[in-house]
Amino acid sequence: MSNSIDQVRDEALQSLEKTADSETLTGWRGKYLGRRGAVAKLFGEIGALPQSERAAFGRQVNALQSELNTAFERREALIQSHALALDLEEGEIDITLPAHPRRRGGLHPSTRTHREFQAIWADMGFHVYRSREVEEDELNFTLLNLPPHHPARDMQDTFYTTDPNVLLRTHTSPGQIRAMRDLGAGGSKPIRVILPGMCYRQEQITARSEIQFTQVEGLAIGRNIRMSDLKGAIAEFAKRMYHPTAKVRFRASYFPFTEPSMEVDVECFLCGGAGCRVCKYSGWLEIAGSGMVHPTVLRNGGYDPSEWSGFAFGMGPERITMLKHGIQDIRYFWSNDLRFLQQF
Amino acid sequence: MLVPISWLREYVDIDVPVEWLAERLTVAGLEVAHIKYIGLPQREVPGVQMPRSDHLVWDRDKLLLGRIVEVKAHPRADRLVLAMVDYGAAELEQCVTGATNLIGYKDQGEINPPIWSAFAMEGATVWDGHSEKPKRITLKGKELRGIYNKSMVCSEKELGISDEHEGVIVMDHDDNYVPGAPLADALGDVVLDIEFTPNLARCFSMIGVAREAAALLDVEMRYPSFDFLAEGEPIVGQVDIDIREPELNPRFTLTLLRDTEVKPSPFWLQHRLKLIGQRPRNNIVDVTNYLTFELGTPLHAFDYDKLVERAGGAPTIITRLPEQGETLETLDDIVRDLGAETILVADTAGALSLGGVIGGGETEISESTRNVLLEAAAWNNIGIRKTIKEQRVYTEASARFSRGVHPSQPVLGCQRGIELMRRLGGGTVAAGVLDRYPLPPESVTVDLPIQRVNRLLGMEVTLETAADVLRRLEFAVALEGDVIRATAPDHRLDISSDQVVGQADLLEEIARIIGYDKIPNSIMADEMPPQWENTSVIIEERIRDILVAQGLYEVISYRFTSRESETMLVPTGAASSLPEGDYVEIANPAASERDVLRKTLLINMLESAVSNARYQTSQQLFEAGKVYLQRRDQLPEEPLHLGILLTGPRHDSWWQDSDAAAAMDFYDLKGVIESLLAGLHIDGYRYQRGSHSSFHPGRSADLYLGRECIGSFGELHPEVAARFKLADAKVVCAELQVAPLIQHHQRLHAIPSLPTTPAVLEDIALVVSADRTAGEVEAVIRQAGGRLLKDVRLFDVYTGDQIPPGKKSLAYSLTYQDENRTLTDKNAAKIRKKIIGAARHRLQAELRA
Repeated sequence: MSNSIDQVRDEALQSLEKTADSETLTGWRGKYLGRRGAVAKLFGEIGALPQSERAAFGRQVNALQSELNTAFERREALIQSHALALDLEEGEIDITLPAHPRRRGGLHPSTRTHREFQAIWADMGFHVYRSREVEEDELNFTLLNLPPHHPARDMQDTFYTTDPNVLLRTHTSPGQIRAMRDLGAGGSKPIRVILPGMCYRQEQITARSEIQFTQVEGLAIGRNIRMSDLKGAIAEFAKRMYHPTAKVRFRASYFPFTEPSMEVDVECFLCGGAGCRVCKYSGWLEIAGSGMVHPTVLRNGGYDPSEWSGFAFGMGPERITMLKHGIQDIRYFWSNDLRFLQQF
Repeated sequence: MLVPISWLREYVDIDVPVEWLAERLTVAGLEVAHIKYIGLPQREVPGVQMPRSDHLVWDRDKLLLGRIVEVKAHPRADRLVLAMVDYGAAELEQCVTGATNLIGYKDQGEINPPIWSAFAMEGATVWDGHSEKPKRITLKGKELRGIYNKSMVCSEKELGISDEHEGVIVMDHDDNYVPGAPLADALGDVVLDIEFTPNLARCFSMIGVAREAAALLDVEMRYPSFDFLAEGEPIVGQVDIDIREPELNPRFTLTLLRDTEVKPSPFWLQHRLKLIGQRPRNNIVDVTNYLTFELGTPLHAFDYDKLVERAGGAPTIITRLPEQGETLETLDDIVRDLGAETILVADTAGALSLGGVIGGGETEISESTRNVLLEAAAWNNIGIRKTIKEQRVYTEASARFSRGVHPSQPVLGCQRGIELMRRLGGGTVAAGVLDRYPLPPESVTVDLPIQRVNRLLGMEVTLETAADVLRRLEFAVALEGDVIRATAPDHRLDISSDQVVGQADLLEEIARIIGYDKIPNSIMADEMPPQWENTSVIIEERIRDILVAQGLYEVISYRFTSRESETMLVPTGAASSLPEGDYVEIANPAASERDVLRKTLLINMLESAVSNARYQTSQQLFEAGKVYLQRRDQLPEEPLHLGILLTGPRHDSWWQDSDAAAAMDFYDLKGVIESLLAGLHIDGYRYQRGSHSSFHPGRSADLYLGRECIGSFGELHPEVAARFKLADAKVVCAELQVAPLIQHHQRLHAIPSLPTTPAVLEDIALVVSADRTAGEVEAVIRQAGGRLLKDVRLFDVYTGDQIPPGKKSLAYSLTYQDENRTLTDKNAAKIRKKIIGAARHRLQAELRA
């Protein structure tokens, strides 16, 4: 009977050499090591042997089984490593073929800039306060220290509705009055808000001017708000929005609703202040109008201007987006042209 | 306003580079928008960035003051002459020139006194006077019609002063001039172009700018003389004034010059007017313009004799409102209908001019005028603004009066103006100024405690420093303890007598002159307001993020549209689903197609799709923006809406799927909306058959949250699609209200523990009547499946040969799972049996074999 053990061994090892892939290898294992394989068959023959031979035969079949198992594992490892080598060698694709197009989607550039603004101001304690766009003349102008026929009304060409007392807000500033009345508790509580939103002016639509544009207005009111606080807050904003070492310049200006009033220039972030086409070789870019809230406006918002003070500022997200990306034409913003929107 | 430094220097010493002064003025609120150089070099000033100027810099050795002592005939050319120029050298230089203003001196012998002009030596660079475009030329010796010529006498154009090239420069005699001195020292200049904000009315003149410069540089202000030599008969009796509307015309003054000569102004006056962009006319009119710019007091000159003629004797100047139907022909040859609020200067015979705005033609100065009546007045700035608006006439006078000229100023202009006219044209000035001043403004005094300055600026300013700044600005200052008592100078109208406002006015002056750069940066130390969170802003932004994550692009449209455009959204004969109520209508629209505010986002979504269709086959757009709904007796409602639009292939074409992808349809949009709802953790929504008129009635749905329909979505109505020329592309749109989404979003939704037990999956196919909706079937399955049925997913809808007619087969993948134990086959079979039973019973469904 040991004869047949040798026979199985020889045959098995020979045919193992011929296996070339995992499929034939699996077949080989079934044939020799499977439940009905040759080795199992040899084990089955044990019972038919005389008692005296059984132990020895059994040991031999066991040895065969473990030998074949080892040979199988070795062969399997060999075939796998061959297959891996083959795949690595020949399984190359043309990586320059076009990618499967994914649809990315994107926020409008104005929304992006608004979010940047909101995040920076939120860190300084300013919350978003939304105010209406179709507004009373009184809030848009009169209560902001722009009585009828005030020369500064000429600075803003206004869209009026068919109700002569109702207009499309020309700036976000009427929201100052609404915020003060809404949040100030009759002039007894401090305020820190930003007022973002769409504004409208009756202008010729050109590459540089639009009939609608967004603004972000900031308003801080307290018992001890100082002009130095305004400078500090704007400087902090500029550092985060533009550059950690961005220089800021304050220039006297005029807005009826603030006094003192200042324009804010930031060192040109394109040329670093050395002078370029974008900053018109001045080294500065105008980024905001600002000032201390005018006593009349504080009064109209319910505060006693001898006790309370505040600062306000206003910025134009489209303008800043244009500067940052070198966008030449403001009309792109509301054109909804995907060729523009897909670039952000 | 253009401000030549040479002119400014008459009133203030400027020992700093002009570029530095320009920067100081700009930072102090007088924005220097542009600097024009005439002959002088641009200077580099540390810390001041300027655009590089490419003007002509006059060579100090080659462009010189010269005097033309004689003009000789050119032997071979009639139109050319030989100007003999003394430029300080031993010999006269002979220049060949065709200057028209020298021809008259030809062969007249020695000119006495000689003509001062600009002389360019060989090698000097000037502008080419004959070139249309700016072109530099360098003088080189050459023959001109047989005469060798190597130098020239220059025109203004050749030097870059103006465009004038008719004749050479002919300057006034000046005892300080030396032949051969650099021309740059005599005519070199720098002109600042300054823009004024409305609060700077007081600065709208050379003296106004000079005052600011003096305060900023802390130097003395030098006022011109306002004395006038008046040797004639008293003016009283020769003319009278009758002010009928003191509110509109608080002051009116007149002076009278007799026996003068109207003629061209001298070089200095013409030159100054030209530097500021004004055209010289004659000595009388030029002086009125000069004072407008020098002092900011516009003057008006009348031909006195014409007034006498009209009045038949000594005229009375009346300022009044127009009579019904009155008209006036003004200097610009326009016959104007006069509105009820237009203040007029008139005489007994009728209107003479629009007060403070523009003169009338009849009594203007002409070459034959001998006697000049000079008006200087103060006008209410609002009155002038109304006139400007109504008459649409903008003049240098109206620009100043509409901003506000203090009534103290006109009399100064009247005095200085009449004296200049006398000097330039000769004659005798009537004694005295006729001055009617019925409404002098009250003097304004403000008490400013220094503590208030320090508190509001956030910096220590000493009492002395603050007082000094105000003194430099010509305030009368008295100190009372820690309080500065400041009285505004009589050229300012912008300081309020309301003490708190007046304090802010003074504070601005103090900060501006000290310099905003001196104020430190600080961090707000004030009490923080209560902190709160704006939920609607957060959710709005989350909505945007969810949609962007699905590959949609955000658009922002014009809020303006027209009724006609929105009407295109409603199919013929259908009842409109657009919000009821009126549009917010614009009284002065930018264009007729933008004359109302939108009530729907659909119009914008479709217009965007149409314009993008030229470049993109596939579009996925959304807009979250306001619509505007008119309300009775209230400002309009401005709810936020969400518009979504999908069109084009579901996938972009790609080389591995050569077949064109199917177009996005209702179900794609439904998927976007359900992802949005899932992202907001809103459940309990449901759909109903679409009722929106702009959508296909069979392929659209209304979305309900609770009992409220919050919007509709679906395929565009074919008729609407055709109107927008979108019929070839399938377009699906949605318009939802945002407020209910914000209201229903779950801020705190619970996250259950993740199951550790295996799930059992199985498929069943139910054959139901074709008119059953998938929604009904799924509802029955879910109800019967109970707690252990975790997911129901439809994977196939089949109608065809293998099932009976009028039926359809819906195949579902079902997931059963129990978080507490492993389900056995037996458990699963039990659930399955319940589902099939319910389907049989409630849907008359058969299990498909």
